[in-house]
Amino acid sequence: MSEMKSEPVILNLGPQHPSTHGVFRLRVTFDGETVVDAEPVMGYLHRGSEKLAEGRSYVQIVTLTDRMDYTASMSNNLAYVSSVEKLAGIDVPERAQYIRVICAELQRIASHLMATGFLLNDLGALATPLMYCFRERERILDMFEMLCGARITLTYMRPGGVLQDAPAEFWPALNTFVNDFPGYLDEIESLISGNEIVLTRTRDVGILTDAQAINASITGPMLRAAGVQWDLRKANPYEIYDRLDFDIPIGALGDTFDRYMVRVLEMRESIKIVEQCIRDIPQGPIRTGTPYFIRPPAGDAYASVESPKGELGFYLVSDGGISPYRCHVRAPSFINITALRDMLVGWKMSDLIIIFGSIDIVLGEVDR
Amino acid sequence: MTRALQGSSVASRINESIPGAATDSNQTDVWVSPQSILEVATFLNGDDALDFSFLTSITSIDYIEYFELVYRLLSMRNNHSVVIKSRCYGREDLSVSSVTSIWQGADFQEREVWDLMGIRFDGHPNLKRILLWEGFPGHPLRKDYLGQDGEMQRPEDLDV
Repeated sequence: MSEMKSEPVILNLGPQHPSTHGVFRLRVTFDGETVVDAEPVMGYLHRGSEKLAEGRSYVQIVTLTDRMDYTASMSNNLAYVSSVEKLAGIDVPERAQYIRVICAELQRIASHLMATGFLLNDLGALATPLMYCFRERERILDMFEMLCGARITLTYMRPGGVLQDAPAEFWPALNTFVNDFPGYLDEIESLISGNEIVLTRTRDVGILTDAQAINASITGPMLRAAGVQWDLRKANPYEIYDRLDFDIPIGALGDTFDRYMVRVLEMRESIKIVEQCIRDIPQGPIRTGTPYFIRPPAGDAYASVESPKGELGFYLVSDGGISPYRCHVRAPSFINITALRDMLVGWKMSDLIIIFGSIDIVLGEVDR
Repeated sequence: MTRALQGSSVASRINESIPGAATDSNQTDVWVSPQSILEVATFLNGDDALDFSFLTSITSIDYIEYFELVYRLLSMRNNHSVVIKSRCYGREDLSVSSVTSIWQGADFQEREVWDLMGIRFDGHPNLKRILLWEGFPGHPLRKDYLGQDGEMQRPEDLDV
């Protein structure tokens, strides 16, 4: 049979394919059903956020950051305002820092739940596991609604603090959630982690080694699944993370299952962090009195946070005016697909979908 | 905490190995000549004490008189970082050496700089536009790019 001549087939996955989680195109060359080449094509959602930022004031840009990784607006807000605070030398009150960390961790849980649910969707377990994940995510969005009235595009953080203090009804809701969530996570895990079909489909599939991951600038759960213990919350603590006790879960192989498992373990660590924040949060102001139009001194600043997808950083250059001279986003989703081709070559069509799903990208952030 | 290395000490290390490559430095940043970027990158990545095996990001800024490339490097083993900057004068036919041969992570980021800022990277394996389509006029992140809403061009208006 090996003498049989065959032609490679080029297939365009996307830009409207459901497994691409947005408008993204993969131009894949197949030999039979085996991937021999893959080229990501992006830019369908490019809105020129970096250019738009050059014409807006520092506070207005917070709304642009919501629309980058729209499954994790809080993390985007946090990365951006940290950068502005560094550039302009603004202090943040302690209570605001605690609230920010609570929000960032809740957002991490919400984002990882989406990643997990959609990974199962891509595996062919249509909608049921996804609904289990969305049930919990819904409660987080309800809490965000209490904080700022919005559920997805939050714009809750401001340079110098947060928009407003958490209302009275927020704290009981948060307590209930923190108590319930580990049980729900056990339930989700009991359906997925030991499932034979899931294990067969994901174990040893799409391995990314630690050396490859570092060379390709990959960050976040993907890097940790490859066995590299690197998390900015520990390596370069921002806000109040240096006072909190939590672990950095890592994977052993860097396969698709490890990437799923690292996210599940990270959700458990996030709950630990939120519990400590609820216990320690002090009373006090939630925002320093910064003017609406901030004029930072000429210079540049880079601040980054560990967003659910990886290292999200904002590089701001000021010329002393009311809007930044240049605003660059170090977008983890964009950089994490650098090694996509290497991960896909040699695998079958059905593996391609789950390897890609396990990377967890958001096209709003890839294209900006 | 990630330690930002003193710019002057990194600059002297670079100049020991590649004489004249580092032209200036301050507290955190090192300026190198655009011709020496690949050599400097090879040195910083390979040096055992510096060990900059992770490229955090590449970006560029248009200062009208010149373009500034910003390379943010990190050593995960030593938990220290440095910022390498390089100034390219002129506005047409700008090019510097690509560092994709050292860090694969530079691949998409260099394509983004070419797409939006118009700086070419020699030796890049696949230097195409990444966010905009081939044939898009100009490079939008340049300060002299005037793409107002009314003048926005659509793909079908272009001869591509």
